[in-house]
Amino acid sequence: MSKRIEVNDLNVYYSDFLAVEGVSITIEPRTVTALIGPSGCGKSTFLRTLNRMHEVIPGGHVKGEVIIDGNDLYAPGVDPVLVRRQVGMVFQRANPFPTMSIADNVLAGVRLNNRRMSKSDGEELIEKSLKGANLWNEVKDRLSLPGSGLSGGQQQRLCIARAIAVSPDVLLMDEPCSALDPISTLAIEDLIEELKQEYTIVIVTHNMQQASRVSDKTAFFNIAGAGKPGKLIEYDDTTTMFSRPNVQATEDYVSGKFG
Amino acid sequence: MTTTAVTKPLEPRSPQGNSLTSGQLPRLFELYALIGSLVVVGGAFMLMGFNLIGDGLVGWLVVTAIVYLIAVGVFASIVENRRRATDRVVRGIVIVAFLLAFIPLVSTLGTVVVRGIGALNWNFISQSTGSHFDPSTLVVTTTQGALQSIVGTLEVTGIAALMSVPIGLLTAIYLVEYARPTQWMARTVTLLVDVMTGIPSIVAGLFAFSLFTIIVGPKAFSGFSASVALSVLMIPIVVRSSEEMLKLVSSELREASYALGVTKFATITRIVLPTAVAGLVTGIMLAIARIIGETAPIFIAASFTNDLNTNPFNGPISTLAVGAYTLYKFPGTDIPASVNAAWGNALLLVILVVILNLIARIVARVFAPKGLR
Repeated sequence: MSKRIEVNDLNVYYSDFLAVEGVSITIEPRTVTALIGPSGCGKSTFLRTLNRMHEVIPGGHVKGEVIIDGNDLYAPGVDPVLVRRQVGMVFQRANPFPTMSIADNVLAGVRLNNRRMSKSDGEELIEKSLKGANLWNEVKDRLSLPGSGLSGGQQQRLCIARAIAVSPDVLLMDEPCSALDPISTLAIEDLIEELKQEYTIVIVTHNMQQASRVSDKTAFFNIAGAGKPGKLIEYDDTTTMFSRPNVQATEDYVSGKFG
Repeated sequence: MTTTAVTKPLEPRSPQGNSLTSGQLPRLFELYALIGSLVVVGGAFMLMGFNLIGDGLVGWLVVTAIVYLIAVGVFASIVENRRRATDRVVRGIVIVAFLLAFIPLVSTLGTVVVRGIGALNWNFISQSTGSHFDPSTLVVTTTQGALQSIVGTLEVTGIAALMSVPIGLLTAIYLVEYARPTQWMARTVTLLVDVMTGIPSIVAGLFAFSLFTIIVGPKAFSGFSASVALSVLMIPIVVRSSEEMLKLVSSELREASYALGVTKFATITRIVLPTAVAGLVTGIMLAIARIIGETAPIFIAASFTNDLNTNPFNGPISTLAVGAYTLYKFPGTDIPASVNAAWGNALLLVILVVILNLIARIVARVFAPKGLR
């Protein structure tokens, strides 16, 4: 299921503006990789290049390679839609589809891709995905109610269930807990720990405690100044990054001296 | 000045009670001031010999409003402070403006209902206008009917909507989902739509009439020609309202859909449009309500007739608005009956618009995103 991601010398542009420069990183399967760094340093932008979501913004393009399981995502002729079916994404703000019930939200990815599915298969997938997102027990009696009626943390877990329902290989999370209270955050962190068994997970977070709690590896991004491109400063095991990093900037950041 | 009724402290903190509530006018001060102004101005008018219920009514109310605004401002600035005085005066002005805007609406609706209700009966609705010649008395009697106009209105408006809604909606989808705002194509379309919004309806009528004269030949009156004229008026309204509604759909929903590997087409048809459907339907209904009452372009493009014409592609056709106009402007031998029927047509038109609006509200409610109500 889960796959290795190799990024070689990736430059990310918005029109002519170079947003992220020269990122090379290898992400192992079945690990959690945290991207940390100050605001505007390009970690979300970089995350979005891993499933070609940054192209949704007009003018967004890249130079370089992102190789998942031997296939370059940016080779000519690659359909971004197919890439996104392999690499799922969870956003900062929970965004369940307001026109759909909880059950329909989970099946949205499958249904909207015009895959036919029998009713029993659908119910099975709903239960499996919601259990996978630790939400089943809370919503099993009200699957036909609108997803927007859930609490913020439940909505975020519904979005995770929706993302894993299309059985991706990789799961990207863009600050999934930044709008949530500590209890909901804990629920999501526990969930990340479980999802790690099956998926390769890349998570952007502003919360360094969270990075040290959930991740195996940590990548620190930084920016030299406004208008300059963001760069990958250091990438190592999380324990190393938080105890004795090689670069001074990393140590300053994780110890709270700036940022 | 401790005059608020709610002040009932358990232990008075000062001889004056709660100091935070001092220096205020009574809670119903504005009501007292309004009644006071009405009485004072009314008394003055009666002394001057005006009849308050008849001729003097408008003057009485206008002068009362002015006196009220001045009195409230003066009292509040003496007893309270500048901020509250301004607040009370501006609130008064806003209410007066609201009433001024409300009067023509109620008056128009009331007149149409009162004058038109007499003409409405089942025969008027179910029959078209016909004349009957009595050989013994040699008198031609005309019975007024509205069936030809009701059918004509539905045909012409329906065809116009069938043409305008797809074109307008697809244009809006192009502008919001596909074009970048800086692209020359998008800017041209937006500019043209803005210009089209300002086209006088008579010009649209002349356009359709000349177009069909060129294609079909002279006397090219048809319901379809009128529909084309109405489309010219309706398309820009639909584009504008749909564009605004589609822009309101959060881009987060689009991103969520793309991130699931959903195609752009499915994202638009299955996520964006259902989310915006209530607003889209409302906008389309407003556009229909706007064109259903058009008179001049239909008069030019479809002429008018007393006969029921169910074929929109051939021959003159009548609509309710044109019917009301022609009955009033070119009445038959029985002038009161014609004028009466004109008001009947007007009332039918209002009722039709209300029915369409109710249908649209129900549709919007059924399709609206759940859980947001």
